[in-house]
Amino acid sequence: MTALTSRHTDRAGAPARHPGLNLGHAHREGEESREEMVFGFWVFMMSDMILFGLLFGTYVTMLGGTAGGPGPKDLFDMRGAFFETMLLLVSSFTFGMASLALKYRDDRRVLVGWLLVTLLLGLGFVAHELYDFHRMFEAGGVPSRSGFLSAFFSLVPLHGLHVTVACIWLIALLGQLAVHGLDAQTKNGLIRLAILWHFLDIVWIGIFSLVYLGGLA
Amino acid sequence: MSRRTLSDAEAQERASEQRSYLWGFALALILTLIPFGVAAFAEWRPLHLYLLIGLCAMVQVVVHFRCFLHITLARNKREDLQLILFTALILLIMVGGTLWILFNLYYRMMPHMLP
Repeated sequence: MTALTSRHTDRAGAPARHPGLNLGHAHREGEESREEMVFGFWVFMMSDMILFGLLFGTYVTMLGGTAGGPGPKDLFDMRGAFFETMLLLVSSFTFGMASLALKYRDDRRVLVGWLLVTLLLGLGFVAHELYDFHRMFEAGGVPSRSGFLSAFFSLVPLHGLHVTVACIWLIALLGQLAVHGLDAQTKNGLIRLAILWHFLDIVWIGIFSLVYLGGLA
Repeated sequence: MSRRTLSDAEAQERASEQRSYLWGFALALILTLIPFGVAAFAEWRPLHLYLLIGLCAMVQVVVHFRCFLHITLARNKREDLQLILFTALILLIMVGGTLWILFNLYYRMMPHMLP
């Protein structure tokens, strides 16, 4: 672990020692544990990436298995997929702004503002995705209809479930912010949630490219 | 008022980090709009369209890792990058192997399963 704790410097002279935004010198409290904690979370994210990658692989092998049922062109709606993509992309950016507010401001106002915007965008994404699934169900696209639909409903809703859990975590952190203020634990939580949030947006790139655009092309 | 008083180095750092998020957002937006736009409005041959979608997605993944997750080539971040590359290797072996075997099987025994 010696390499992990060494203090090579990144650009602009700030020691950057874990994925995501590094808080730097002004946030020394809880710093000893932060690096290991965030690296551990990063390992978890990478194992999650393997899970998603294999579900992508399963989905591709099942593309031909519609069993006479509805296929991608009957079920997918490009406008809905585009709207969900935009919600998630903008929420990734607003979480970035929240991270900057966490690092460079003393008060909680701007931070909480950006976090609330992010939460709304995340909840909007989940709501629209549920509406999308509902529409697919109406058109006969239920998971038990074919191998293709089983594979679709193990991949895409799993991502949606991740976003839902991330929203719940964000609400919990907002509660922590309200009760305990900006203490070391809340900061560590926000840094890890930021990594999860940006990571989920990366998984969504795969979903909108391969599942939605690939299916409709 | 509520912004912490920043030293020159910190102000510089803040500016560069803010630029990183803005650039990341702008690039990601462009790389999302291109494939959606072409898929929705242009009449491309499917193969060309798939190649464009795949290329944009790969570049966008790199942009997200670089600008939002701040994974750089800096020495002290090597573990994070190495972990990504190792994960990609595992995925290449497992997903590539699965696709190879199953599509070979489809080709020989279940041609109706080929998309």
